[in-house]
This record gives sequence, structure tokens and C-alpha cells, in this order.
Amino acid sequence: MRHNISVLLENEAGALSRVSGLFSARGYNIESLTVAPTEDPSMSRMTIVTRGSEEVIEQIVKQLNKLIEVVKVVDLNEGAHIERELMLVKVKAEGAWREEMKRMSDIFRGRIIDVADGTYTIELTGNGSKLDAFLEAIDPSVILETVRTGACGIGRGERVLKV
Amino acid sequence: MELSGAEITVRCLQEEGVEFAFGYPGGAVLYIYDEIFKQNKVKHVLVRHEQAAVHAADGYARATGRVGVALVTSGPGATNAVTGIATAYMDSIPMVIISGQVPTAAIGLDAFQEVDMVGITRPCVKHNFLVKDVRELASTIKKAFHIAATGRPGPVVVDIPKDVTTHLTKFEYPKSVSLRSYSPVTKGHPMQIKKAVKLLLSAKRPFVYSGGGVILSESSNALIKLVKQLGIPCTSTLMGLGGYPETDRQHLGMLGMHGTYEANMAMQHCDVLLAVGARFDDRVIGNTEHFKQEKRQIIHIDIDPSSISKRVKVDVPIVGDVGQVLGEMLKLLQASKDKGEQTALKAWWAQIELWRSKNCLNFDRSSKIIKPQFVIEKLYEVTKGDAYITSDVGQHQMWAAQYYKFDKPRRWINSGGLGTMGFGLPSAMGVKMAFPKANVACITGEASIQMCIQELSTCKQYHLPIKIITLNNRYMGMVRQWQQFFHGNRYSESYMDALPDFVKLAEAYGHVGMRIDKPADVEGALKEAFKLKEKLVFLDFMTDQSENVYPMVPGGKGLSEMILAEDL
Repeated sequence: MRHNISVLLENEAGALSRVSGLFSARGYNIESLTVAPTEDPSMSRMTIVTRGSEEVIEQIVKQLNKLIEVVKVVDLNEGAHIERELMLVKVKAEGAWREEMKRMSDIFRGRIIDVADGTYTIELTGNGSKLDAFLEAIDPSVILETVRTGACGIGRGERVLKV
Repeated sequence: MELSGAEITVRCLQEEGVEFAFGYPGGAVLYIYDEIFKQNKVKHVLVRHEQAAVHAADGYARATGRVGVALVTSGPGATNAVTGIATAYMDSIPMVIISGQVPTAAIGLDAFQEVDMVGITRPCVKHNFLVKDVRELASTIKKAFHIAATGRPGPVVVDIPKDVTTHLTKFEYPKSVSLRSYSPVTKGHPMQIKKAVKLLLSAKRPFVYSGGGVILSESSNALIKLVKQLGIPCTSTLMGLGGYPETDRQHLGMLGMHGTYEANMAMQHCDVLLAVGARFDDRVIGNTEHFKQEKRQIIHIDIDPSSISKRVKVDVPIVGDVGQVLGEMLKLLQASKDKGEQTALKAWWAQIELWRSKNCLNFDRSSKIIKPQFVIEKLYEVTKGDAYITSDVGQHQMWAAQYYKFDKPRRWINSGGLGTMGFGLPSAMGVKMAFPKANVACITGEASIQMCIQELSTCKQYHLPIKIITLNNRYMGMVRQWQQFFHGNRYSESYMDALPDFVKLAEAYGHVGMRIDKPADVEGALKEAFKLKEKLVFLDFMTDQSENVYPMVPGGKGLSEMILAEDL
């Protein structure tokens, strides 16, 4: 099953490689990994999307907790949570495509953040499947480039991951 | 007054009460060595290869329970240390390894003797640090010792660039450390402990399986009391030997791939299993699917939550210090009126005695060729079971574990997890440094001993009268055994050709060498060797080339599917 694991860790050089090294050394899969400092600059928040059986996920959480720089770990799938991912897509915007791309972007509540003679760059946020749906909805030949951040997640309601 | 990073490093070691630093100098650590020269609180032991420095510190740590310290230079010094670090990591041994690094300005520029030590050791340390600012040096070393020794112990690397050792700052050694991201749970959950006791008292076929955690947490006494109170059988893993007296009837010997018939059968057929500081590894329970076929309830005490339910699902997990949890369990047991299932227990013991009567460790004692098991038995007798025994890796290691009966913790020192050949001699040096008056023997083979044989020179320099017991069968015995069993007798590259004359070799290093060819001479040679109190004696026993280690659970097989000596 797909799990969204959130990690609070010390914002120190090498902390990221400890996490990624753990995943490769123990053969765990990483679908996506995002990390950035939190409002407290001494701490980073990482979101790892992974797949595995319940036993594997339990081990992943335990092994993450074992890393000295990891402060807290939560498997967001243990409760209700929200996930968002950001994608930038550069598409052809010539002739008929110019109008069509604008329309598709509107339908998916995207924003065109860069306009050039022959291209648009569209910004889209949502969960992963919405971004996938957008890419499937447009003609593959118009896609020039895509870049995605990977998912980040947060618990719903009162659920808070903090020190 | 401001001190240099090098002086701070040595002062920190002094503050930690470090007796010995095992190491080898080099460019990046010259300033640290200069400070070592100027003091005499921390004694430096100069080895002949960095791997040996780490193994020696490791042996010291295993024998004393204190943090072992090694000091190596950057680049090749650091990479040579890696095998030793990984060895300590796999067996959870508390160590601090200080490595030199090229100056901070040169890091990343492929400088001479530069290697990314923090990167290379990341998967085989409990934690590691690169100290880029001299003001953080003392607090980092404090953290390193704290992390190494607490929770599930392990090696910690502190990598210090050369310029940091010259920079000046005020020195103050922190009295304590608190890390928001690191606070191991030491107290077991009271409800879980209650549940465990209840389960043990309801058991019809209870069994205690104890591992290295018992030794690491100094919980031997607590374990003995609990097992005695319950009157139930127990076993130890390779790492746990000595945690419970092996000569006691309630102990069924070691379990696992080369465990005794009775221990493995009891492990497979018990209905309640109490696992104490052990991790159900592949060499212990064999095929997990086969292990799961028998229904049993498992209680697992371990300080490392990730060891619990890793390979085998556990019913009553208890995260905590083994000694604390066993103590709490004992209190509950002593207060309880429940005496357990006495009738069922009697039947269980009867079954166990039946298994035990197979006498699975029997061997041909009338052989004309020296049987390796015979040498260990005689060594046990001659040393009255009271020596510190280190070993290398292979058949001799298993025979040592099977035939030397350890009654005390920290007497059996071997590389269990990583299985590092070359561990025996340097680790024996660490033990001998710690306990100069004790008998220290290194049980080894003619293949293993050659992996760190250069340390005979270190032994000479520091007058370390270790007794080296070499079971010389002219083969990498364990490799040969597997080739015989599983590879159609094709002994690919496992014959040790062109062996040196070990007697002459020992003499060349200034030691005493003996070669023993006949069973009748074994006891005499051992006695003579231990009489030479001031001498390292290299005993080269020419043993039976075809002898195998039994019982054996072949790879992928279940615990009760052992090959026994009598089967062949």
C-alpha cells in the first residue's frame, strides 16, 4: 500500500543522505521525497511517499526513528490527511494549441505563469492523481517539459506534527 | 586560555576516562599525535594496520563494557578502519573512532589522502560527525561518547579536518548532553511486562532465548534469577554466550545454525518464547516460514524497537533496557502466588532431556588425528573455563562456541554479525590490555590468523602474552564444509596452500611457537603455553582436515531440520 510518511529532522548537512541511504540500504522504495526547512530553521520537514506491506512500513517508521537526527516520524495514513503536489508543465502554445492549453489549464484550475511566443508554462497543484489526470488529458505531443515536486502532506484537523 | 583542536581532542578523551586509544598516525592527525606525545593519561597503542586498531578497541569494549577508542588518519587510514567499524556496528559495540580529515578548504577537491569518511561509514555506524568548527569539537566528542554508549550501543565516527586540530578556542567539556532527537526508551511498559509474566506463567512449554543484549546491558544476573525463578529451560545465541552459565542444567547450549539439537528443538516446539536482547537473525532461526509453522506466543524484550517484529512477528513487544524489564518481571513473579503449569513443565523437561540424550556434540575422542573439538575441550579444562576467549570466523569459531562452556558474560569475544576474519588476534590485544593478568586465548584457524597476522609485532611491542590456538586443517574449513555439503565436493579455492611455518613465524616476531601433531600432546602443550606467563605462544594444532561442524541447519532450512554428526 502507498504510505505518506512525514519526518521532522534536524536541519543539518547530511541528514537527507542518512534518510535516502537508509532507504537504499534496506531496499525500501521511495516514490517521492520532498524536504525543506520549517518555520523553525533548525528543523526540516520531509515527506516520503513509499509503498510496502504493513510490516515493511512499520520497519520504515522504526528505522527512521532510529536515525539520530530524526526528531519525529508520523505515518500520515494512520489518519485523515491532505496531500498536495506542485507541477510545472511547459507546453506548446502555437496556433490552435494556444487556446486549447489555456482552456485545459483553466479546467484543472492551473495558472499560466510564463508566456512566450510558442509556449506556456502551467502551474498546477493537487494530489498526484489530479496532476496525472492533467497530463493524460492533454495531447502528449504538446508537452515539452514537466517538473513535479513530489507530494507533501499534513494531517487533517487537530492532528499536528510538532516538537 | 585557548586550546588547539588537537589538544581539545586529547583532553576530551581524558575527560571521558579513556585508558587506551588504539591507532596509527598519519598526515591528517599529526597534531593530535603531537598532543598524545605530551601527556600520559591516555595510553596510545600503536597497531600495524588500522583494521586491527578498531578490532582492538572493539575487544577492549566487549571485555570491559566501556567505550573503545580508535584513532586513524584520513584516506587509507580511514578506509582500513571501515571493516572494524562495520564489525562493531553489527554486534552493537560502543566505540568512538576518531579519524583525521584533509583541511576543510581541501575537502571535495580530491586532495591527497582524502576520502569522504562520513559518507563511507554512514551505513555502518550508529552515527557520525564531521567537525568543521573547532568550537563544536568538545561538544561533538561528548555527543559521540553519549550516543555510542546509550540505547542500543554502536560505533560513532568523529571526522576531524587537519586545520580544525590547529584552530584555537576555549575548552570546556560539557557535563551532560541532551539531544531532542535522541532519547532511547529504557523503561519497559508496565502493562506489557504484566502481560508477559502472565503469559509465561500460563505456558506449558516455555523457553528463554537470550542474546547479546543481555551482555551489553549487564543483565546476566537478572536473567539468571528469572530463569531460576521460573524453572524453565533457556538458550543463548552466539552473541549471548556467557549471559547465562552454560554449565547450568537449565541451559541447553547455543542455538542456531550450529546450535545444539536440544536448544533448536526447544526453540521450534516451545509454546511461549521469551526473547531477551536477541534479534531472530537468519543464523539463529533459519527459515522464518518454517519457524512460523509451529504456533507459539512470543515475548520480545529489546532496547531497539526496530529489532522487534523485524523478521518474526511478536505478540508481546517490550521496548526497554533488558535488565530493567527483567527486574520488573522478577518482582511480579516473586509477588505472584501462581506457580505456573508445573505438570506440563515436568513433561516439557522430560522431552528436553530426551533431546539432550542425543548428545549431539559427541565426537571421536579416540581419534589418532587431533580433533579440533578435542583441542577446545582441553583448552577449557586447562584454563578452568575462566579465560577470555576471542575468535576469528569459521569452523574454529563454532567449535569454540560449542565446546568452551562460558559461565560468565564478556568472556566470549567474537565477530558474530559481520563474521570478520582477522578479528581474533587484534581483539585479544584489546582484552589483554584491559586485563593484563587474565588468561587470554585467541582461537583461530590458519586462514583467519593470516588476515591480521602483522599484529604479532604489536603484541611484542606491548608485551601481550596472548595464547594463539590455531586449529590448522589446511583449509578454509567452513568454506570447505559448505562446498562438501552443497557444492559436490568441489573445493574451489578453499585449500590453504603455501602456509608459512607458524612456529618460525612466531619466533621471527620474538614469540614462542609450538606445533602439535598428536592428540596425546594437546594437553601438555596447552599447559606449557599457559605456564609461559610472559610469552605470547603460537600453538599450531594440526587438526583433522575432514572434520565438520555439527549439528548444522543448512541455509534455508528450518531449525528442526538439522544435519547431525550421527546422520552421516
